[in-house]
Amino acid sequence: MISLTLAIIARDLRLSLRRGATTIMVMGFFVMVVIMFPFAIGPEQNILQRMSVGVIWVAALLSCLLSLDSIFQSDYEDGSLDQFILSPVPLELVVLAKCIAHWITTSLPLIIITPILGILMNLPEQGYFPLILTMVLGTPALSFIGGIGASLTVTLRRGGVLLSLLILPLYIPVLIFGVLAVKATIDGYPATEHLMLLISFSLFSAAITPWAAAAAIRSGLE
Amino acid sequence: MSFSVSNMSSDHLSGKNLACIRGDRPVFSNLTFDLPPGRALILQGANGSGKSSLMKIIAGLLPATSGEISLQGQNILGDKDWISQNICYLAHKNGMKPELTVAENLTFWARLERHNGDVREQAVKIGIDHCLDLPVSYLSSGQARRAALTRILCHPGNIWLLDEPTVGLDSDGVALLSGLMNDHLKRGGRILAATHIELGLEADKSSVLNMADFAYQMPDIFEESLL
Repeated sequence: MISLTLAIIARDLRLSLRRGATTIMVMGFFVMVVIMFPFAIGPEQNILQRMSVGVIWVAALLSCLLSLDSIFQSDYEDGSLDQFILSPVPLELVVLAKCIAHWITTSLPLIIITPILGILMNLPEQGYFPLILTMVLGTPALSFIGGIGASLTVTLRRGGVLLSLLILPLYIPVLIFGVLAVKATIDGYPATEHLMLLISFSLFSAAITPWAAAAAIRSGLE
Repeated sequence: MSFSVSNMSSDHLSGKNLACIRGDRPVFSNLTFDLPPGRALILQGANGSGKSSLMKIIAGLLPATSGEISLQGQNILGDKDWISQNICYLAHKNGMKPELTVAENLTFWARLERHNGDVREQAVKIGIDHCLDLPVSYLSSGQARRAALTRILCHPGNIWLLDEPTVGLDSDGVALLSGLMNDHLKRGGRILAATHIELGLEADKSSVLNMADFAYQMPDIFEESLL
C-alpha cells in the first residue's frame, strides 16, 4: 500500500510540474499579498516588524486556500475519481496521498520563499528560523483540513466561495499558534507548547481527514 | 429482457428487484436482469432512463435504493474488494489526465489496479501504440477513447461495464470495439453496455434490456393523494 500511496503522490507531483501555473500562481499570490501591506500601512519599520509574522501567516493561509479546489476537482472532472473508488486502493489512502501532494506543491514552495518576504517585512533576525519551523509544522494541517473542504465541494459548481467559508474558520487555531510561537521566540520566551499544539493540529487533521474526506466524496458522487 | 429469479443459475450475474432514486427523482424500479458468462446485455432507453445509474450501482459507485445483485449466491452490491477484482468500468469520462502521456496514464492505472498486463502490447491491439508517448491533450476525442479502451484490456476483470463506449470513435474504432467485445465474450466474459449504436455483437450472445420497462412506478397511495 505504501508504494501505491507513493505512486499517487508521484503522479500528482508530475501533474503539478506539467501544469506549472498553479504553484507559480499560488507563490505569486503569496508574494503579492505580503507586498500589499507595506503599501497600505506605510514604510514604518517598527509597525512592519510587529506585523510581519501575522501578515506572512495570513498570506500563507489565503494562498493555500487558493489552490484547495485543485485537490480533487480535476480528478472529478476527468473521471479519475470514479476509477480511484473502483481501484483496490482504499479511497482514504487516495485522499491522504493527494493531501500530501498538495502540501508539497503548495505549502513547500511558500515556505521556501518565506525568508525573502521576511526581509521585505523587516522580520527580526531571530524570527526567521521559528517562522520557517512553525510553517513546516503547521502548514500540513492547512492541506489536510482543506482536503475535507475540497471533498465537500468537489461536486458543486462554483464551490470555491463555499470552500473558503467552510475552511477559513478552521484555520484560525493554526494561525494563532503559528504566530504566537514565532512572537514568543522573538521576545525570548519558550515556544515549545505552541509548537506542540501546531504538531498536534497537523497530526489530528492527518488522522481524521482521510476518513472524513473519503466519506464526503462517496456521498457527493451519489 | 428480464428473467424470473428461479431461472437464474448461480454463475449468472443477477440483479433482483433493483430500484434507484437519485435525490428526489425516481429513476427505475423492479429492475431484474440476468447475465450468464459469455453473454452481453445491451442497455437501451432514452436519456435519463437509468442506464448509467444501473452501471454505477453494479460498480458500487451508487447505492441501490432496494434490491440486490448476486453472483454465485453472494450479494456483490457494495463489495469493494470483489468489485475491484472483477469489474472493469468505462464511464462517459475517460479517466485520463490530459497533461500526462497515454503510457503514463495507462501505467499508473495498471499499477493501481494491480495487474501486470503489458500496456504497450494492449495498445497495439487498440491501434493506439503510436500515440503512447503523446500527452492525452494532443489526442482527438476518438484517440482518447481508444486509450481508455486500452485500460479495459489491461484490466483482469471478467465483467465489463461500458457506458457509451463508442463516443468519439470512428467506424473503424466501433468495428475494433465490437471485435474486442466478441473476443471477451468468447473467453467467457460478461458485458453490460449502454449504447445507442449497433455494436455488431454475435446475435446469440447478446440480449437487450429496455430501461423503459422499468420506469419508476409511483405507489398507488401517492397517486391517490395527488388526485
